Amino acid sequence: MIGYVLRRVAGALLVLFGLSVIVYALFYLAPRDPAVLTCGKGCTPERLAQVHAAMGLDESPVAQYGHFLQGLVAGRDFPAGPDVRHCPAPCLGYSFETDQPVTKLLADRLPVSASLAIGAEILSLAIGIGAGLLSGLRRFRFLDRVVNGLILAGYAVPVFLIGLFLLLLFCVRLQWLPFPQYVPLTTDPLAWAQNLLLPWTALAVIQSAGYARLTRAGVQQTLAEDYVRTARAYGLPERRIIRSRALRGALVPLVTLTAIDLAAIMASAVLTETMFGLPGVGQLLVGAVNQIDLPVVVGVTLLTGFLVVVANAIADLLYAAIDPRVQIR
Amino acid sequence: MTLLRRLFDDRAFATGAVIAGIMILIAVFAPLLTKLAGQDPTTFHNELLDSARGGVPIGRFGGISGEHWLGVEPGTGRDLFARVVYGARVSLGVALSALALQLLIGVGVGVAAGLGGRYADAALSRLTDLTLAFPSLVLAIALLAIVPQNWPRPLLLAVVIALLQWGGTARITRGETLSLKTRDYVAAAQVSGAGPWRVARREILPGLAAPVLTYAALVLPSNMITEAGLSFLGVGVRPPTPSWGQMLSSATTWFRADPMYVFLPGGLLFLTLLAFMLVANGVRRVIDPRQSEVLR
Repeated sequence: MIGYVLRRVAGALLVLFGLSVIVYALFYLAPRDPAVLTCGKGCTPERLAQVHAAMGLDESPVAQYGHFLQGLVAGRDFPAGPDVRHCPAPCLGYSFETDQPVTKLLADRLPVSASLAIGAEILSLAIGIGAGLLSGLRRFRFLDRVVNGLILAGYAVPVFLIGLFLLLLFCVRLQWLPFPQYVPLTTDPLAWAQNLLLPWTALAVIQSAGYARLTRAGVQQTLAEDYVRTARAYGLPERRIIRSRALRGALVPLVTLTAIDLAAIMASAVLTETMFGLPGVGQLLVGAVNQIDLPVVVGVTLLTGFLVVVANAIADLLYAAIDPRVQIR
Repeated sequence: MTLLRRLFDDRAFATGAVIAGIMILIAVFAPLLTKLAGQDPTTFHNELLDSARGGVPIGRFGGISGEHWLGVEPGTGRDLFARVVYGARVSLGVALSALALQLLIGVGVGVAAGLGGRYADAALSRLTDLTLAFPSLVLAIALLAIVPQNWPRPLLLAVVIALLQWGGTARITRGETLSLKTRDYVAAAQVSGAGPWRVARREILPGLAAPVLTYAALVLPSNMITEAGLSFLGVGVRPPTPSWGQMLSSATTWFRADPMYVFLPGGLLFLTLLAFMLVANGVRRVIDPRQSEVLR
């Protein structure tokens, strides 16, 4: 078990390392110099050299990457005019654009993306498991069709299309909801949920159908198992059979899918955030990319990569922990 | 031909195939169609806009008229029929070329991993896992934003999508190759002295056609979604080249004043994606009946 965990961690670190190298390399291949942007109009060669030094761009790419890694693990010092400012670990550097620490920018934005992802996941699970149980236990033809239609929609419709449609319906035509505007959970929980309702729904439309299908298949499969027949033969009430036998069997695959999907939402949150104007990590990326704000882009990419990798590893471990048939090698 | 007949016996597949076919025709004959309408996608028509209301098209339903069959774009007055038709070109063109590249890379890597020795397999499989673990949308945004603006965007989009999303194809190809490898006819070819190259080409590739094409049918709409998403975010094709995703993005600022402008690119994108999904599902049902559970 320990060996397995260690190997997973090593693999995850490898993915993150590859990711950071790729993003770093990309920006060195880019034909644009971020220092020129920062320096602005009327930039003298001396001033440009200063900006280069302050940004750490006067070193070789490999040396810069080395410093970046060092900052991540142990923190590093940046020259700032005559002084030196210390950036504690995990240091992702300072934004070229706003000069704020990237870790702070990310920490400011992460609650928004997390609210979006976790809320959407809970809503998707609630709808998906509910619909899946209903159609698995009772065989409503109508519900089957709704679930099938949703599955198709989930595959065939981009989230921003659903988002646009929801906005048009609920904010413009019916005017049931105001246009979403992010309110932190700590400020006003009710306003927080109200403003995130449409983004959550948009994501749930896409995701819940998959859960419904999985639950339906799981319930039908477990109800046909021998141990359920045994329980029936012993005269256990049907309600208890469903609750203690069928449900558990059906929900195992959902656990792993949930972890993976949470990461997937975070990785593609940029679309939902742009659609609904939520100031999350994804929006930070879009803004940074247009300004060639290298530290921010690297930070966002690494953070999303980190979340995806961790979620995948957790999914694998959970799967092994829940289902005794899975052998860890 | 029984395969085709079985496919078209499925009403969902037939509907999807017809719509997808029409979309492909529209994309191919886009210049002809716009010429027929007497319009082009880039001419501004300021006289058709209501400047008092911020540039919304004059007339009902986004300014539909005999000249402008689907109305004009708010803010610029460009002909929407022409833009939508050319947008089909971008959407399908990018998705199809990306698919071709994905198949090339994915099948190449997959077959090499399946037929190669233990170390080649391990290395290629790890590489595949690596690309599957990347947050590809985030990377695509970063990549597309830094390449020079004057590079041909549609081609670039196709290359970026393909480079970031070939992992699934490779994984499926590897699995199929591993199972094909144990077949008697492959062993027979190897025993009679066929080299690995010949085995791959003559014995393995034909057997891969069905499973890989079934998977590819699903990848195509997913590529369209990616293209639309990247253009929606403003890192896809550049104006004045029209694309559905880009139109949807500008529609977000107009949809209160001119809902027609949302429904046109949105509806077309939805219809096309749905059509290709139905096709993919139909193909899968015929080729692999066990997995036809997605839709019934």
